[in-house]
Amino acid sequence: MSPTPSTHLKLASDVATLAAELPRSRRRLVATAGMAVAAVALFAFIGSEALVDRLLVRAFGTIPDPVFGTPLLDLTWQHLAIVAVSSALTLAVGLPLGIWVTRESGRDFRDIVSAAVDFGQVFPPIAVLALMFPLLGISPASAVLALFLYGLLPVVSGTVAGLEAVSPAVIDAARGMGLGRWRILFTVELPLASPVIMAGIRTSVIVNVGTATVAAATGAGGLGLPIFTGINTSNTGNVVEGALAVSALALLLDGTLATLTSWVTPQGAQE
Amino acid sequence: MIELQHITKRFGDRDAVDDLSFVVAEGEVAVLIGPSGCGKTTTLRMINRLIEPTSGRILIDGTDATTLKPEELRRHIGYAIQSVGLFPHLTVAENIATVPKLLGWKAGRIAARGTELLELVGLDPDQYGPKYPRQLSGGEAQRVGVARALAADPPVLLMDEPFGAVDPLNRDRLQVEFVKIQRELKKTVVFVTHDVDEAIRLADKIALMRLGHLEQFDSPETLLDHPATKFVHDFVGADAALKRLGRVRVDTVLRTDVPTVRDGGAAILTAAGKRARFVYLTSADDTLEGWLDSRVLERGTPPAEAATRVDWREAAIGPDASLKEALSRMLALGYRSVPVVDDTGHLLGEVSLSDVERTMEAGDAHVADSVDTPEAGE
Repeated sequence: MSPTPSTHLKLASDVATLAAELPRSRRRLVATAGMAVAAVALFAFIGSEALVDRLLVRAFGTIPDPVFGTPLLDLTWQHLAIVAVSSALTLAVGLPLGIWVTRESGRDFRDIVSAAVDFGQVFPPIAVLALMFPLLGISPASAVLALFLYGLLPVVSGTVAGLEAVSPAVIDAARGMGLGRWRILFTVELPLASPVIMAGIRTSVIVNVGTATVAAATGAGGLGLPIFTGINTSNTGNVVEGALAVSALALLLDGTLATLTSWVTPQGAQE
Repeated sequence: MIELQHITKRFGDRDAVDDLSFVVAEGEVAVLIGPSGCGKTTTLRMINRLIEPTSGRILIDGTDATTLKPEELRRHIGYAIQSVGLFPHLTVAENIATVPKLLGWKAGRIAARGTELLELVGLDPDQYGPKYPRQLSGGEAQRVGVARALAADPPVLLMDEPFGAVDPLNRDRLQVEFVKIQRELKKTVVFVTHDVDEAIRLADKIALMRLGHLEQFDSPETLLDHPATKFVHDFVGADAALKRLGRVRVDTVLRTDVPTVRDGGAAILTAAGKRARFVYLTSADDTLEGWLDSRVLERGTPPAEAATRVDWREAAIGPDASLKEALSRMLALGYRSVPVVDDTGHLLGEVSLSDVERTMEAGDAHVADSVDTPEAGE
């Protein structure tokens, strides 16, 4: 018996209702498994050089030279490494900074800090590379520095906004019950602020994935390499190859972080 | 016991609290009241050192509060506030478990305590324990807030307008329950409010404050009968006599020898109607069902129709209600007396308008402390 369109529709709506009725923990597991499958699929695709080449030849009629002999998969790993290092740096500085300016001791610096991270974002990363040239030369370090500064704003402002949105009554009650400052921060404020903080981190990382293509200009490699090479050699296939890989990577990371958010956000703080 | 000795708090060049001294005896409820900006909340918050006094000493059960770490001190002082401040990311049970956890209680003891407290504040533990604060109504959240403040069984309780944000009906209910719980637990309570009626209802002692200093610290009766200053007099209002009725419990003037007919058929009703003007009707198990007006009977109305059938939940009041409530019930229903029933509707007796009048005339004699000395007219 072949399914009619109406049974198809019914099946789809059934699946949707089923998904909505799934307990939160189950939904979270399904999403996590989905992200893992998507990640494996993406890397398998990028890794199969022959398949990528064939598709590009079909689409653009040009044979993409393997860039400096580096396979696309390796470039992707390089790209991820640059993103990971710069984002880790952004988090390591941005989170404590955001927390500090919402504490008693740092409240006076709140405006200065937010002006500084604003500037970090409006200042073009490529200009940071140029300015760092005399200090660091042509090195991946200057790329990481540029990306770190560029990604700071969403993390700091997300952290500040999330923490400031925690009801003062909740904190007053916590103090009144004898919770210490650190305990309030880690067991009350951060869990409650986590959805907003995670949103900031997501924005920062996603922007970072795209911006990290400039790292190619410093010799750090990454997926910027096929794009720059493609521009220089008028090879559209190369440009598309790099750009699509970057986009896919960004989407994958965004999904992963969204899934991570559902794990770290306490149930009562959602919606 | 809480003892404030010459407490002063200066914010900038303004004295929020100026040389304040009073003692709250063990098991007593002291209500801090006054117009906004009088320093009542500042005073409360100095007791658990959420605000540090500029000078003066606060002794809690004889110990200088400043000798303890603030966190340590606060874990042994219950704290409930108007905005409740329940942790939104924790369930009701987890909220209540906060301080016991800090004190290192075992999980079993924490769970048992949570159940006990939810029952105490009138919430079903199985139903409410797993809920999140955003699933609660305002009144329910306040109840959980009080349960959380009582969690570690602290001897001292600080309450900052805990019923201020709920609707009048719920506030009334919460006040009644507070009195009931306090009678059982006998905590030493400092309670901030701006509602004079609430203060008179709940307080053993009222501290009336103005511009950071104490205008009068006395029992509600003394405050009403002998205001120390014109400000006190104006603040408690012109209806002091009426407010005093709020301090007298119905069971102190309750008359139990009321004519009653149990489970009456028509013949009995007719006979009963000849004995007294009003006769209460009860079911076989003494539950109030209504009353009979013999004048209606005399007009030839059949006894079954002459009887007024009522729901005791609406027409009667409880023995622990105040005479003020009894009076307003009479005025609202248009009767000169009101039946008094227990929790299950069993008729205990009645209170009449003349009982209320006698109480008002007797003045101090009848204004017995409603909690500690229920015997009236000593």
